[in-house]
Amino acid sequence: MSTVQTAGAAGVLERVRGSRLLWPLVALVALIAANAARNPGFLSIRLQDGHLYGSLVDILKNGAPTLLIALGMTLVIATRGIDLSVGAVAAIAGAVTCTTIVGSSDPTSPAAALTGIGLALALCLVLGLWNGFLVSLLGIQPIIATLVLMTAGRGIAMLITDGQIITVRNDFYREIGAGFLLFPISILIALAALVAVALVTRRTALGLLIESVGINPEASRLAGLRSRTIIWTVYVFAALCAGVAGLMISSNVSAADANSAGLWIEMDAILAVVIGGSSLAGGKYSLSGTLVGALIIQTLTTTVYSMGIAPEVTLVFKALVVIAVCLLQAPKVRERFRRRRRSQDPTSPSSPSTSGSLAPEEDSPAPTAHEPAGDAASDSKQKVAQS
Amino acid sequence: MTTTTPTKRTVPALSRLPGIPGRVLPVIATFVLFVLLFGAGSVRYEGFTSGQVFANLFIDNAFLIVLAVGMTFVILTGGIDLSVGAVVALSTMVAAAALRAGLPAPVVILLVLAIGTGLGVLMGLVIHHFELQPFIVTLAGMFMARGLCFVIGVESISIKDPFFRALATGTIELPGGVVITWSVVIALAIVAAAVWVLHRTRFGRTIYAIGGSESSATLMGLPVGRVKVAAYAISGLCAAVAGLLFSVYMLSGYGLHAVGMELDAIASVVIGGTLLSGGVGYVLGSLLGVLVLGVIQTLISFQGTLSSWWTKIAIGTLLLLFIVMQRLFMRRTP
Repeated sequence: MSTVQTAGAAGVLERVRGSRLLWPLVALVALIAANAARNPGFLSIRLQDGHLYGSLVDILKNGAPTLLIALGMTLVIATRGIDLSVGAVAAIAGAVTCTTIVGSSDPTSPAAALTGIGLALALCLVLGLWNGFLVSLLGIQPIIATLVLMTAGRGIAMLITDGQIITVRNDFYREIGAGFLLFPISILIALAALVAVALVTRRTALGLLIESVGINPEASRLAGLRSRTIIWTVYVFAALCAGVAGLMISSNVSAADANSAGLWIEMDAILAVVIGGSSLAGGKYSLSGTLVGALIIQTLTTTVYSMGIAPEVTLVFKALVVIAVCLLQAPKVRERFRRRRRSQDPTSPSSPSTSGSLAPEEDSPAPTAHEPAGDAASDSKQKVAQS
Repeated sequence: MTTTTPTKRTVPALSRLPGIPGRVLPVIATFVLFVLLFGAGSVRYEGFTSGQVFANLFIDNAFLIVLAVGMTFVILTGGIDLSVGAVVALSTMVAAAALRAGLPAPVVILLVLAIGTGLGVLMGLVIHHFELQPFIVTLAGMFMARGLCFVIGVESISIKDPFFRALATGTIELPGGVVITWSVVIALAIVAAAVWVLHRTRFGRTIYAIGGSESSATLMGLPVGRVKVAAYAISGLCAAVAGLLFSVYMLSGYGLHAVGMELDAIASVVIGGTLLSGGVGYVLGSLLGVLVLGVIQTLISFQGTLSSWWTKIAIGTLLLLFIVMQRLFMRRTP
């Protein structure tokens, strides 16, 4: 697995030089290499009973919920929004499913599990509609609109489970989070969602429309786009992703814990998106970046576990990685890099600033449209108009 | 729901009245809500109307008041500080560990304040000089502070220092038999200082100017960078003070103290009428916001049959009502 990634990274290196995917990939490879150096068994993968076993498979399995949520979050962030409620939505999905299964006539049957899953996803759809309604129709800032559900959502989940941890024994339900189909089923679901989103947004104009809404919602509306519908849709999609991730989390442990299921996962997901190179200011997003970002987050967590450090200390490492990646991506720092490279190599015709367009298709169609200066100016204009 | 209908209806009427600027309206609405909630409690429950119940609102939320004051500064500049809850936890942890190591209390207090302010300055510098989003930088700060707590220790550490114990048990008796703690005095002093700074100093006006429009403030020649960094420093300082008050309140240091408290602080500030886009809002509004949250908690504990998670739902609902109200209010006064 890792050899494939390393080789891929080397091959792509020339193309992505100067692109946003370079540093995250370097970080991921460095992390895996550090692990392999410390623990030679880290890279080994063995096949047993038709299942793959190994640390790398564990990373994929445990990273699936984060990846799925980060996928929804990527689209939300691309429209210049953010969804803080995903952790709470994940908790609600797990709570609904487990209470339904426990309350059904035959708690071990697949039918009970399917009913529970259907109910949970329907509820997530409603919650997503609610977030989208607040953001797109009422025009409330996304951070604060989703903060409402983030605060109240955990309360709702507690209400559903009555404050208890609900355990279920249902083999069908268990498959979603803990099952294997050669690979862990959870990562297969997450990857399928990723591929589907990539096809739908990059092979049609939808991705372009989402990015243009992120760059300027008002101008997109005037250009004839249904900005509101697009914004509404991405919130619904994010909530659905969160719901499925919540199912994975609760099914992996065969229990619903309203208090701690998906706690801080919104932060992990946002980090994954940011590490992957999507701008929090909206307007451009990178799905492959999100994939790499989610893998980095999970590898980091696993690394800390396997190094025997208290798991809580992972947070310090996450903070350091976030700051490092953000600084590397910061326009000001990149500007300095460019200047230095230009002064070292004045004859080079292709300055790094243009190589962004050579990067993979995920890169923004309009890389210059989102310089912070223009952004700040348009923001301040809005504020002047408001006050 | 019943509480918002009258306030909504009064919005256009009041804004036509001379002498009441439209910006004060959200604060008035919060005050009305507070009075209504407190009145409802007085009608429903015996013994709710005592002065001590009112004083307890301050005693149990002194740290949240301080936290909301710091958050107000940051939100007024148009930023946000997600790290405050974690800094509170870090402060309790540092205080407890340093006291256990035998450092004298004044040194410990200075150390905690220095760490909190230092973290704030650091985040402010990164936000300003690298033009990163406050959201993501303070998120990293939150992870950092929480993680450092666990680097110090994973277990809860109790505080046995006589000065902290004295502060925790010492009370002041007000006329009427109402008893308050020193934490309340400290919190209210900080509120008073913040009001003075925001409304009577050049620094305070610069904060409002940055929140109104950062580029205009820069063009006016205001020291935008310095003031922005200072706002995050103040927030860090307030979080450290809140952490000290919290360690006095709990008499222990623990890395899982104050989980999600940043959300309570943000909710108080929003309920207090401060706009998240910056430039509009008052510290007194944030104080009222904290009191509203406190009243809800008291109401739920008086009811007895409701579980604690109803608090979360109630806070979420209130947050929603106030955001929608802000929205309507913004549309009416272009």
